[in-house]
Amino acid sequence: MYDPTVARLTYRALLGRRRALILFALPVLLVVIAALVRGITGADDQTASDVLGGFALATMVPLIGVIAGTGAIGPEIDDGSVVYLLSKPVKRPTIICTKLIVAIAVTMVFSAVPTLVAGLILNGNGQQIAVAYTVAALVASIAYAAIFLLLGTVTRHAVVFGLVYALVWEALFGSLVAGARTLSVQQWSVAVAHKVTGGDIVTSDVGLPAATVLLVAVTVLATWYAGRRLRALTLAGEE
Amino acid sequence: MTSINIDHVSRWFGNVVAVNDITMTIGPGVTGLLGPNGAGKSTLINMMGGFLAPSNGTVSLDGQQIWRNEQIYRHIGIVPEREAMYDFLTGREFVVANAELHGLGKKQAQQALATVEMEHAQDRKISTYSKGMRQRVKMASALVHEPSVLLLDEPFNGMDPRQRMQLMELLRRMGDEGRTVLFSSHILEEVEQLASHIEVIVAGRHAASGDFRKIRRLMTDRPHRYVIRSSDDRALAAALIADPSTAGIEVDLKEGALRVQAVDFGRFTTLLPQVAREHGIRLLTVSPSDESLESVFSYLVAA
Repeated sequence: MYDPTVARLTYRALLGRRRALILFALPVLLVVIAALVRGITGADDQTASDVLGGFALATMVPLIGVIAGTGAIGPEIDDGSVVYLLSKPVKRPTIICTKLIVAIAVTMVFSAVPTLVAGLILNGNGQQIAVAYTVAALVASIAYAAIFLLLGTVTRHAVVFGLVYALVWEALFGSLVAGARTLSVQQWSVAVAHKVTGGDIVTSDVGLPAATVLLVAVTVLATWYAGRRLRALTLAGEE
Repeated sequence: MTSINIDHVSRWFGNVVAVNDITMTIGPGVTGLLGPNGAGKSTLINMMGGFLAPSNGTVSLDGQQIWRNEQIYRHIGIVPEREAMYDFLTGREFVVANAELHGLGKKQAQQALATVEMEHAQDRKISTYSKGMRQRVKMASALVHEPSVLLLDEPFNGMDPRQRMQLMELLRRMGDEGRTVLFSSHILEEVEQLASHIEVIVAGRHAASGDFRKIRRLMTDRPHRYVIRSSDDRALAAALIADPSTAGIEVDLKEGALRVQAVDFGRFTTLLPQVAREHGIRLLTVSPSDESLESVFSYLVAA
């Protein structure tokens, strides 16, 4: 289920494009914010949790997930170069799984690592907050990468739909409508963070068992369907 | 022996029929798929390459269905028309990646690069390549596993004459080796130079099939239309209509010209200047009015 050549082509494409700059810019921004907040307010658990939950997990992780997930396959389908992958005796699920692994790895590196660094700067991992949000970012990376990879195989406007989901659904509706929070990768990963801290400084609207089931189900279903999409991908001619 | 069988295949996109009930067999040797732009050539090649499902009918390779069958690519090499091809890689990296995806290695990639004579530029980024160089690297990527079938969509587009000759030579060699080579083109001379067998597609329909001499003759023997202006249109018309090579003449008073329909192209072209000289008529304009590729092709459809 893994092809090293597909992986190499995918990560070189991901990190070689201009949008990869955002992959570097967002983590830097998070660390800068963390340093500023620490400088102004000093070490405070609630502030640390607010910054990591409000910016790192709610904004940075999904954005990086959108770039890595859609970028792992969308541009290739758009410009037609995917034909060089598809005209090979390589199983379609193998192509999707490999691309998913690369997308997950990239999302994790560019979101979980800076989250940990920012957490350590903010309050030195007091109450396990830094570790809790890092674990949440790792878990969310998997689900986001799978969802946005699927979007990349379904629509040419994957980035737009990804941003709408991440920013409008999760951030806006999530803060206004309680029901929307149940169907939010962010809330599922916060449930995991809650378990890690053990205290009440991090709370989620979704219980851990439900969150775990939903995370696994969404990841598996999205990956399975993306494989199906790729198998029947139509490269319509210019005519 | 490898052959592609296209059996009563149609493909439509919404209300538009791109390919209309085509049946043909592409066997070993070089076959040219000829037709004007928009005739459905790319759609047909995409179906042969397994990138498009037929709306109706079947496309198979030696009895094996092509659509949704990735194992078929052990036997097929594809040179797509589109330009995009991992521009951030060097030519060598690109061909090596294609070889690896076939379970092969650097050795085969190097051989393929040598076949298309791209070793001199193999370590340059593809983004710096000219169109002809891209085309050759695409060829190398399609040849790396020595496929028995090679499908090329408008491979000569944008190539200079020298590159065109090199590619033709290469394709001819592949055909002589017993591979099934199919390429599409909208330029008759291109197809004529290379293909021993031609399939003509017009407006989604299979218009003609056979060797190029037969098709060339069909194209030459069709009624030709000319617009002629002379010093004495009526006298010229009377003289021309007396000969069986002319089927009809209209005197266009508004334009001040003759519209002539000739049925025997060769005879008419020698007759016209003779008749004019014998009658002391001066020819001012002789221009074919239906030489566009589309009109030539549409005649073939009717034939």
